[in-house]
Amino acid sequence: MSRSPELFGLTFGGIAVVLGASYILADQFVVDLPAPARGGVPLVGAASADEVPAEATVQAASAGTETAPSPSREGDFGLGRAALPEEVAAWDIDIRPDGQGLPEGSGDVWTGEELFVEQCAMCHGDFGEGAGRWPQLAMGQGTLEGPDPVKTVGSYWPYLSTVWDYVHRAMPFGNAQSLSPDEVYAITAYILYLNEVVEDDFVLSRESFAEVTMPNEDNFYMDDRPEVELARFSEAPCMEACKDGVEITMHARVLDVTPEGGGDGGGIDLEGSSGSPGDAAPEPAAAPADPEPAADPEPATEAAAAGPDPALVETGAQVFRKCQACHEVGEDAANRVGPHLTDLVGRPIGSVDGFNYSAVFEEARAAGDVWTEEHLAEFLADPRGTYPGTKMSFGGLRKDDEIAALVAYLRSAGAE
Amino acid sequence: MTDTRDPSRRGFLTGALAIGGGFVAARAGAETAPDPAITELQPWQQYLGEGVDARPYGFPSEHEAHVVRRNVPWLTADATSSVNFTPLHELDGIITPNGLCFERHHGGIAELDPGSYRLMINGLVDSPLVFTMQDLLRFPRENRVHFLECAANSGMEWRGAQLNGCQFTHGMIHNVMYTGVPLRLLLEEAGVRTSAAWILAEGADASGMTRSIPLEKALDDCLVAFKMNGEALRPEQGYPVRLVVPGWEGNMWVKWLRRIEVGDQPWHHREETSKYTDLLPDGRARRFTWEMDAKSVITSPSPQAPIPHGPGPMVLTGLAWSGRGTIPRVDVTLDGGVTWTEARMSGPSFDKSLHRFYHDFVWDGRPMLLQSRAHDSTGYVQPTKDALREIRGENSIYHNNGIQTWAVNESGVAENVEIS
Repeated sequence: MSRSPELFGLTFGGIAVVLGASYILADQFVVDLPAPARGGVPLVGAASADEVPAEATVQAASAGTETAPSPSREGDFGLGRAALPEEVAAWDIDIRPDGQGLPEGSGDVWTGEELFVEQCAMCHGDFGEGAGRWPQLAMGQGTLEGPDPVKTVGSYWPYLSTVWDYVHRAMPFGNAQSLSPDEVYAITAYILYLNEVVEDDFVLSRESFAEVTMPNEDNFYMDDRPEVELARFSEAPCMEACKDGVEITMHARVLDVTPEGGGDGGGIDLEGSSGSPGDAAPEPAAAPADPEPAADPEPATEAAAAGPDPALVETGAQVFRKCQACHEVGEDAANRVGPHLTDLVGRPIGSVDGFNYSAVFEEARAAGDVWTEEHLAEFLADPRGTYPGTKMSFGGLRKDDEIAALVAYLRSAGAE
Repeated sequence: MTDTRDPSRRGFLTGALAIGGGFVAARAGAETAPDPAITELQPWQQYLGEGVDARPYGFPSEHEAHVVRRNVPWLTADATSSVNFTPLHELDGIITPNGLCFERHHGGIAELDPGSYRLMINGLVDSPLVFTMQDLLRFPRENRVHFLECAANSGMEWRGAQLNGCQFTHGMIHNVMYTGVPLRLLLEEAGVRTSAAWILAEGADASGMTRSIPLEKALDDCLVAFKMNGEALRPEQGYPVRLVVPGWEGNMWVKWLRRIEVGDQPWHHREETSKYTDLLPDGRARRFTWEMDAKSVITSPSPQAPIPHGPGPMVLTGLAWSGRGTIPRVDVTLDGGVTWTEARMSGPSFDKSLHRFYHDFVWDGRPMLLQSRAHDSTGYVQPTKDALREIRGENSIYHNNGIQTWAVNESGVAENVEIS
């Protein structure tokens, strides 16, 4: 029985809910048994208004721990409550092309460069050239009409607000919304500089924002399929003797780009940057017929029982989510942005084959340093203080109990 | 190519071919030896099976373990911002089982607690509101079946036949019955101001997914959904609440929906500028290409589902859909488009839903070039890939709804090809 742990997780996660509801269902099952004989149940249709209260009651009962209904208010249903200004401010962080939504603040190109190297370069490259399959952010001008378009902030993105909004809401990848407005202004200024949209003395602020126009803004236009395509593609098609002959012009170009096989061959990126599978990060070695995932983030129970406290390991597995964007751990873990962390505890520092370490880790390896639990805890508390110059952008864990849990998790994951 | 398949499937095919061979020769006469599957006492006939406590949440037979979503590792930099594919070749009917619905995340699967779930409506409304899960369950709700197709489905095929299997060429789609509250009711509850023209839908995940949607669509048929195929949304599909935007590209169906902002212009966020815009040969790009054009694909036979028997009666089947309505008709050809025949539609026909078609015929055992061609209720006919390329070139990534060809050889093995 080889089923993925994910499915097991869902299965077991669903048990409580299913059992909770099954008592009700059991009753209804007996009562409702003749239902099909009454003519079946319509597959689709809006619930009529008078059915709703009963349905809602059942739903509410199964919802369990939720708070009591909100007080009524003027309106059609009187449901929901007023959103407080602080609540709106906390979630409404979106920016529009006209600058609506931008907070006070500013940042210059050189501050932006420092931040970019620290926070962004491990995926996007020091100059926005992109590492591996990660998005390229700079240059590419003049490529959009060619066979290999490079869509970057400078060559493609129509609005500066999009950069600010996205960096602020979603970057760095795996540590979203951790940058201050000033930092976002600075990083955005640096990205503009990399794309030769501004000079190196530029300072981006809420005020200077409107001065910047993106080079490709005018090259977007509203979907014109209704005018260009719909009539053309609505003609009665030929049904018989439609062509004189047929030849195969192209076979699935490289059969092995399907996951059943290897990883060679050309292709385009789902997300739109150019490239081929050859650029891909190392592939998991899992055979396609094997539904087991390449890396199992859950610690093996046996290992956990023999080693650290299982609850601590479980907590550590949660903490590890902060690391997952860059690191894999487990039996088939591969190097990604960061080296794999399998068997990390007790491993010589900087010793994973095929990973391009920062100079500071090469030195540590040469000095014979090893990842002891204590040393790892020290590093996790202050990565850049412990190893100045590390490419790892993560700022460190503030809580000692999180560090202990993560170390326990990494130890148990290595013991699989 | 069969040696790369999983053993269970290969075993099945080998066995089936053997049986098929026997079928052709021996249909009229009796089997020469009794079939042990009949004459021998099987363990499940003799011994008791598991009781009702064994599988409180059921799962498929172990013989179906190969029916899973699959990833194409080289497509993206990282599995947390990536996609996997629905195994269309293994499914029938029109409904996609929840566990097989393809996944596309931009920041991994957000694990939300329904107890602390909040949906906010703000912007150009009379009363900015916050709803709890409990509140949403007190609004009138609707049940509707809709397909969700990623705009990039078949995007890897613009430059030619590339991925060998409809799971990979067409598997960024699923079709589910949603239960949810019309978005219109929630917007009316907050009171949309007359200057409003757009909404921004925002997710609670680590990508903070956002899409601008015209108010007209939001008030028309969008649902704030909390159930799929009767049960709670799966975490990877946006648990506890996602937006349903019927007929429009999947990226707009914001998962883990936490906020709807009402505004007077679009926001032009990342997923509607740098992504999900269609680059054309002149270097300019279409934006806001929301509707999914009519499309179809033969799911069996197909590269992952070769014909497991010899010549004789067989079933060809596939799926068709349109973001603009229903699919009253699908044509199929066995000879690469010289002669077309109307396929047989079977199963319910819902607006903006998958439709199932069949073509039942007697295979003469000769090679075939299989294609299907969808007609939607607006009169649109699915174009060839070349017809699309004439207008759109090869760089547009999204919205590839061209006709797919499978070449089937004498052994029943199918391959993804393009033809003249």
